[in-house]
Amino acid sequence: MKILVLISKAPDTTTKISFTDGDTKFNDQGVQFVVNPYDEWYALVRALELKEANGGSVTILTVGDATNDPVIRKALAIGADGAVRIDAQPDDAYQVAYQIAEYAKDQNYDLILGGKETIDYNGGQVPGMVASLLNLPFVSNASKLDMSGNTATMERDIQGGVELVEVDTPFVLSAAKGMAEQRIPNMRGIMAARSKPLQVVPAAAVDGLTSVSSYELPPAKAEVRIVDADNPEELIDLLHNEAKMI
Amino acid sequence: MSVLVFADSNDGKVVKSAFEAVTYGSKVASSTGGHCEVVTYGNVDNDQLTALGNYGATKVSVDRSVSDFDPNRLARLVGSQAEALGSDTIVIFSHDYTGKSVAPMAAAHLKAGLVAGAIDYPNTDGGFTVKKAVFSGEAFARFSITTGIEVISLLPNSISVEKGDGAAEVAEISPDLGDSRLRVKEVRTKGGDGILLTEAELVVSAGRGLKGPENWGMIEELAQELGAATACSRPVSDIGWRPHHEHVGQTGIAIRPNLYIAVGISGAIQHLAGVNGSKTIVVINTDPEAPFFKAADYGIVGDAFEVVPKLLSAVRNHKAALN
Ligand SMILES: Cc1cc2nc3c(=O)[nH]c(=O)nc-3n(C[C@H](O)[C@H](O)[C@H](O)COP(=O)(O)OP(=O)(O)OC[C@H]3O[C@@H](n4cnc5c(N)ncnc54)[C@H](O)[C@@H]3O)c2cc1C
Repeated sequence: MKILVLISKAPDTTTKISFTDGDTKFNDQGVQFVVNPYDEWYALVRALELKEANGGSVTILTVGDATNDPVIRKALAIGADGAVRIDAQPDDAYQVAYQIAEYAKDQNYDLILGGKETIDYNGGQVPGMVASLLNLPFVSNASKLDMSGNTATMERDIQGGVELVEVDTPFVLSAAKGMAEQRIPNMRGIMAARSKPLQVVPAAAVDGLTSVSSYELPPAKAEVRIVDADNPEELIDLLHNEAKMI
Repeated sequence: MSVLVFADSNDGKVVKSAFEAVTYGSKVASSTGGHCEVVTYGNVDNDQLTALGNYGATKVSVDRSVSDFDPNRLARLVGSQAEALGSDTIVIFSHDYTGKSVAPMAAAHLKAGLVAGAIDYPNTDGGFTVKKAVFSGEAFARFSITTGIEVISLLPNSISVEKGDGAAEVAEISPDLGDSRLRVKEVRTKGGDGILLTEAELVVSAGRGLKGPENWGMIEELAQELGAATACSRPVSDIGWRPHHEHVGQTGIAIRPNLYIAVGISGAIQHLAGVNGSKTIVVINTDPEAPFFKAADYGIVGDAFEVVPKLLSAVRNHKAALN
């Protein structure tokens, strides 16, 4: 089975978010970047498990400049066989999906996996757009994936439950919690990652369809109002009369 | 501009988030001098569709030949309706599981810009910008869409539903959507009349401070008494004390209820990311230095095992007094 896993870099989850250039750019000074957790913990690890069980290969793909290479090496250290980086500055989901689709269209992947969203822009758009551009079936927010021959059985999160859905390869999915457990790369994996192939592919010509015009931080929160532990009636009173929540 | 809203249904009934999306759509339509139509599918009661007129829809087109969920086909359904409305249509989804599946496919199909998870009405003065939360709720961004057709998915609980009078005209449609390549085998809902976490206005959530799964009884009771859904922190779902679907935060689900009560949760940045859109936050924690207090509106420093039972009886007394 030939598997492609879409990887995005994302600021480490403890990053203090700030902006520059009159609040029009994310300030990446001193920011640690990680593999987007949904891509790494769920999509990549499940792909590796499937390869270990059934044979095949796992390639990771990212759209971005060379500053992505450390994050790509990390994903290789976890166990992917090789990596592709499409050398384009990602600035819109459609533009990214188009790059991916242009690359993947004649590579005959059986499975294309991405995370359900990135933790920076929280859009969750790329996998579905890739599926649309490649005219492949799409299952989003999948929390379970099993393969039997060319047929995949998945659980997809829905409002208040899950849907069991079956589809034949090739297809695209976006992975949510439940699909696999995080793997910590070991020393051998880290060493091996250094010599794994990282192919850099030139960008296709495409324009984005959206852009960020400005950022803002939420207003500072007022000081918390502490209520005495022996007097929860006061809390109820505040929630009823002041916050008008109950 | 014309507005097209995709409405989802469940068991013959239009879902709650669709009322928000139609309210949103009809307000956008009236502020830009257009009208608001709805497209939906499946076996929805006709009076439910007519009643979307209460929220401002003028017309509802329903494809009853589609029964199983398949985002490829639904994207084409929405695409065909949007194209029929013209090249400056605004297409609105709800940013729920259905919208998350269909909106990206429909946007790519239409080659239209998508803002996923909008939290406010668009600004259409000299352009088209929409606000959404980014960095898992730690900031906001205004995205501008540069295509003729604009696609927006609206985060549930972001605007209030406005209901008036009105009846929408219902039209049956069945455009060519191609064959489905997905086979839906089974739909498993968690059952019961429990309130869905993603739709809940009130949420009671608990973390590792509760020590073990056997102690969740009081959390469930408090939630039930308030008419709230239950949620939990990540470690609690990782060790299996609570189901995965209750895990909120940066790597779980993001919610924005009116009231979020956090019991025995420290308030790590990754947890806050999923709940900081809540309108009011109450924190109950033994540790006065717990970071969650900095994000809270109200707090009680105390032991959950003493505070929650007292709070429960205070809620009961409050309800009795109201009756
Ligand atoms: C990449 C990444 C992603 C993550 N994503 C998420 C996420 O999506 N969601 C999430 O929740 N976490 C996430 N985490 C984990 C997060 O960092 C915290 O570890 C986690 O939120 C802590 O859970 P907790 O508050 O339940 O437990 P703890 O941090 O152990 O806190 C327990 C709290 O309970 C209090 N307490 C103890 N006893 C009592 C008592 N009797 N009564 C009242 N209070 C009591 C303690 O004072 C303490 O504040 C993520 C971490 C990483 C690295």
